Amino acid sequence: MSHPSPEAHSGHDHHDHDHEHAHISTQGYAIGFILSVILTAIPFWLVMNHVITNSGTTAFVVLAFAAVQMVVHMIFFLHMNAKSEGGWNMLALIFTLVLVVILLAGSLWVMHNLNANMMPMPTDMAGMH
Amino acid sequence: MANAIAISTIDADGRPIFHDATGAHHPENGTLLGFWLYLMSDCLIFACLFAVYGVLGRSYAAGPTGGELFDLKLVAINTSMLLLSSITYGFAMIAMQSNKRAAVQSWLAITGLFGLAFISIELYEFHHLILEGAGPQRSGFLSAFFTLVGTHGLHVSFGIVWLLVLMTQVGKFGLTAANKRRLFCLSMFWHFLDVVWIGVFTFVYLMGVLP
Repeated sequence: MSHPSPEAHSGHDHHDHDHEHAHISTQGYAIGFILSVILTAIPFWLVMNHVITNSGTTAFVVLAFAAVQMVVHMIFFLHMNAKSEGGWNMLALIFTLVLVVILLAGSLWVMHNLNANMMPMPTDMAGMH
Repeated sequence: MANAIAISTIDADGRPIFHDATGAHHPENGTLLGFWLYLMSDCLIFACLFAVYGVLGRSYAAGPTGGELFDLKLVAINTSMLLLSSITYGFAMIAMQSNKRAAVQSWLAITGLFGLAFISIELYEFHHLILEGAGPQRSGFLSAFFTLVGTHGLHVSFGIVWLLVLMTQVGKFGLTAANKRRLFCLSMFWHFLDVVWIGVFTFVYLMGVLP
């Protein structure tokens, strides 16, 4: 490593400021937009026209479409990749996703169990309210 | 950041100068990473509200159900408003890249109008529900619904305020480095809200009308 010249300390100010915005392109946005329209239209069509008779199956399919669309938005609109901000963006995202999964799955599981194991309220007591 | 090597030397007046020898330090990185961390914490707020809706979403208290209340055509229009505002914001960012100030301002204005349309439709829906007697106090389902959708709407409203402030800034000071950084932060905020809306229309509206 060479000894820094007197000008070196201001060198980093002359970095290309658009460096991290450089990957924004009309093409990227267009692809993201078209994919989003398709991924939004299909679940709406599935539910509005009752294409699948089974509610559980419909819910699963619709959730899968949402998950894919979220990834599309992350890549094409939020410009996420493993290298942005030296990988810290991705690390923070993964950490958050782990928390979100624990939070959602944990809450639904615990509350469902609580609900299922609750003693049924006697009818005369329910009538008192 | 952690492995940036600072070499200190002494200038003519005897004061130390610290050099960022690896060039890893970048003033813009800090803001964008910090703003991303804020968005992740915001994501946790929404996760909590989604969990609440997941638990209470079918507790109708003998009141109206999602299937009876939700107008999916209106939700589809609302979704397209937000999606269109996302792409117009993208066009503003592309115009910003080539330093076209007038184009940036026009695209931001269009984005703001789409955002305003989204909020107006949502307020119309809320007003309609409350008039029907399906306000937030009616049942656990409606409390969770108004909290989740209302929090998202509040975020969009503040996004519009931020957008107006930035349009004033760009109008007054032009596309300076600071304004570009701010526009980039708002871009992340705006697109993040669109991602949350995907969760809302799927989990609340589409799954809510399923029997």
